[in-house]
Amino acid sequence: MSMNNQGRPTDIRSTTNSAVPDTVTGNRGLQIEEPLIFEQDASGRCGVDLPEVPAVASRLGAVKPRAKVGLPGLAEPQVVRHYTRLSQKNYAIDSGLYPLGSCTMKHNPRLNEKMARLPGFSDVHPLQPESTVQGALELMAELGRWLTTLTGMAAVTLAPAAGAHGEMCGIMAIRAAHEAKGDTGRTKILVPESAHGTNPATAAACGYAVEAIPATEDGRVDLEALKAKLGPDVAGLMLTNPNTCGLFERDIITIAEAVHAAGAYFYCDGANFNAIVGRVRPADLGIDVMHINLHKTFSTPHGGGGPGSGPVVFAESLAPFVPVPYVVQDKDGSFRLVEQAGDGPAFGRMKAFHGQMGMFVRALSYMMSHGADGLRQVANDAVLNANYVLASLKDVMTPSFDGPCMHECLFDDRFLKGTGVTTLDIAKALIDEGFHPMTMYFPLVVHGALLIEPTETESKAGLDQFITALRALAERAKSGDAEYFQAAPRLTPRRRLDETAAARKPILRWTPEAAAEKVAAE
Amino acid sequence: MRYLPLTEADRRSMLAAIRASTVDDLFRDVPKAARLSGPIEGLPNHMGELEVERTLSAMAGKNLPAGSVPSFLGAGSYRHHIPATVDHLVQRGEFLTAYTPYQPEVSQGTLQVLFEFQTQVSLLTGMDVANASMYDGATACAEAVMMANRVTRRKKAILSGGLHPHYRDTTTTDARFIGFETVVMPAAPTGGEDLLSQIDGDTSCVVVQNPDVFGHVRDYTDLGKACQAKGVLLIVVVTEAMSLGLLTPPGEMGADIVAAEGQSLGNALNFGGPYVGLFAVKEKLVRQMPGRLCGQTVDADGRRGFVLTLSTREQHIRREKATSNICTNSGLCALAFSIHLSLLGEEGFTQLARLNHAKAVQLADKLAAVKGVEIVNDSFFNEFTVKLPKPAAAVVEQLAERRILAGVPASRLFAGELEELLIVAATETNTESDMDAFAKALAEVLS
Repeated sequence: MSMNNQGRPTDIRSTTNSAVPDTVTGNRGLQIEEPLIFEQDASGRCGVDLPEVPAVASRLGAVKPRAKVGLPGLAEPQVVRHYTRLSQKNYAIDSGLYPLGSCTMKHNPRLNEKMARLPGFSDVHPLQPESTVQGALELMAELGRWLTTLTGMAAVTLAPAAGAHGEMCGIMAIRAAHEAKGDTGRTKILVPESAHGTNPATAAACGYAVEAIPATEDGRVDLEALKAKLGPDVAGLMLTNPNTCGLFERDIITIAEAVHAAGAYFYCDGANFNAIVGRVRPADLGIDVMHINLHKTFSTPHGGGGPGSGPVVFAESLAPFVPVPYVVQDKDGSFRLVEQAGDGPAFGRMKAFHGQMGMFVRALSYMMSHGADGLRQVANDAVLNANYVLASLKDVMTPSFDGPCMHECLFDDRFLKGTGVTTLDIAKALIDEGFHPMTMYFPLVVHGALLIEPTETESKAGLDQFITALRALAERAKSGDAEYFQAAPRLTPRRRLDETAAARKPILRWTPEAAAEKVAAE
Repeated sequence: MRYLPLTEADRRSMLAAIRASTVDDLFRDVPKAARLSGPIEGLPNHMGELEVERTLSAMAGKNLPAGSVPSFLGAGSYRHHIPATVDHLVQRGEFLTAYTPYQPEVSQGTLQVLFEFQTQVSLLTGMDVANASMYDGATACAEAVMMANRVTRRKKAILSGGLHPHYRDTTTTDARFIGFETVVMPAAPTGGEDLLSQIDGDTSCVVVQNPDVFGHVRDYTDLGKACQAKGVLLIVVVTEAMSLGLLTPPGEMGADIVAAEGQSLGNALNFGGPYVGLFAVKEKLVRQMPGRLCGQTVDADGRRGFVLTLSTREQHIRREKATSNICTNSGLCALAFSIHLSLLGEEGFTQLARLNHAKAVQLADKLAAVKGVEIVNDSFFNEFTVKLPKPAAAVVEQLAERRILAGVPASRLFAGELEELLIVAATETNTESDMDAFAKALAEVLS
């Protein structure tokens, strides 16, 4: 080993052993092991100071107060440390490229967080008198105006809580519209094979039979197969555009005409709106109804799995068939909420109160920041970034379809054939390189799918680093180093987790009994 | 534009690498007729932070924040004090800007939080297992009914008249479109109701709320036993999670499913959303649950870790055969709930619940002393109903002009009916002088 004259090693290999050393604590530098909150309990300890409870006679009635809940006691510094340490075990868009296809993991501006926390938005009760919430109602109306303008649609509902909830709303509107015409013979919804799982799940939940539409060789809806299935028993088509292969449906206007000619409605899954926002208005494509994920295109944070928000826009044909509540503006300029469906075509409520207000503020803040010019640039850069990744990887990986792609590019696992390395292995090796993996094994229409959506908020330098890493992994896989991949990831807080064991004997909560058994065993 | 890192030079060199001359070439699959040649009309161009902040602050300024005046609104959304730590931790980018934890090796933070959240919800409700959250309490309620239909293979739900009307309506909307029956009991602001006689061979579940929408505290133990004898599931809804620190939990009353709103812990009023639906069941029903579940397992080195599990129930695997179409949940709101509850712990949570009850008792005494005001409830936790000699909506408007947010008129929830009833809540945030101001102003308005 070479040393400098203070005795400090200068040979890099002697200081960074390739094997991760065992430590006494199990901690590994900045990766600190953190027990469950329940394992840090001390009776009588508390992280808040509350006033004395005034002595009053109980008015609980016949029910006796509960004896015990079983929550652990921690002081505030312990709680801060607990959640800080846990946060450090997460990858996030704030830390790096998060190229999950169809998820649109773009930068989440902090201005949006600040705006949502203005007391005039965050500290307002949903059932305050309307005279005291005119600004909140104005914000909802303004968000609705942006969404209908960007989509060219006639009406919008802000009620749905997430994308899948928006799908539900759209399919309900389609059903209500058919029923209003007395047309009850329509029992099917057509869904392409490449659709998100939520599409068939939504159609089935609404009582429709789901019929799959095959894809053509070039990754689009098979128009002839679609036409053959259209008929008086079809209520609607659910189509994602751009589709989940990252391709624009070239025949979309013909598709819409065929759907309408058959008396059905055209539902568009707007999950991929980011590719065309500001460049194409869905109404001009013949779409009747579409949900928009504010947590995708309009940058509201994903928060580790929610909350989302899924407004739905409607063309004239379906505009009367909206859920309550909705905001209307009276002649004097004041806003009010319509909260009861009444006897009209509007249908009932889909959740409590008025929608995901906190997300509305964030989305409007994002839209205003970009403006009409900036949103168009968003689509341009999102599509440019995806095509750049596609062009830079197509010689070492196997693109599923010819370009150009839209906001995401799809590869399959043909380039891994015979290597013993799978799509999953590539994803896990990418984690060791400091990237979140792309969407794996979706869409289902190609084998071993790798769907990459860089979004417009990545720099060219960031993309180049990702491309370099992925090229190197593809070449390493082909060189026959399968063991390297199968052991990945090595550098994460946890290595591959046993999902089979988790499902076979589910442990879904901590229990005092299990904790006691563990102590006894040790 | 501050969120877009590509420079014009980057764009040119990337287009060259793609062998495209302009970015428009990349949109060539879009039908020509639908391509816009320039920015969409009718919307302003981009703005700096300062301008956005100015515009949105002006809108926010037109609202009356509940915390700036004496405020007594509840009815499914409650103003509680949120410790500073909660929002600080929630805004850590590693929580805020992460996706659903589908890659568990780089998502152990979110996953451990969910495992702890599931445990906390199980403990609060007295149930065996909870999921990783739903959109809100009302959608959790509707999902609970659909789950009961699946479990019992029956199609009729009986909805108590004490159920929050938004929860009732969310469920009946699903009933209309998804195709099941509901029996909606009339509102019973003063007394009990006979739910048992409604049960027949088609009944899948009975849905009750505790405390109910008028604030009454109920004991559903006998109802639970009767339901069990008939193979009917008992669904207990809780809209004020704080009550679980003082009242007998639904699990001890024989609930099969609990659908609750968790907003009261860690989450601001936010004009009604986003909130966090809590969903808990008995062990034997786990595989029929909607939504995500986090489970404990081990990694390749044998260390404890967490993953999303039992996903064969879910839409991304099962597609049209899934137990629900739900995908996104309320992850970040669940985190806020969990952090607040961790700070409170056993001592803090139970004391806070007692404090809420005491505040409501004090308020009830003060309002009862106002001429013409009658307290409807025999029992309550932190919310009760008063009967006024005038329509409550008009009284609330008049009190709002005096900068007091007096409560929720029942008529707003019950489509214009019950117009003399006002639903009033008190929490730890209400001071004695708030209550005195309310009572005084109410006396003036009624005189």
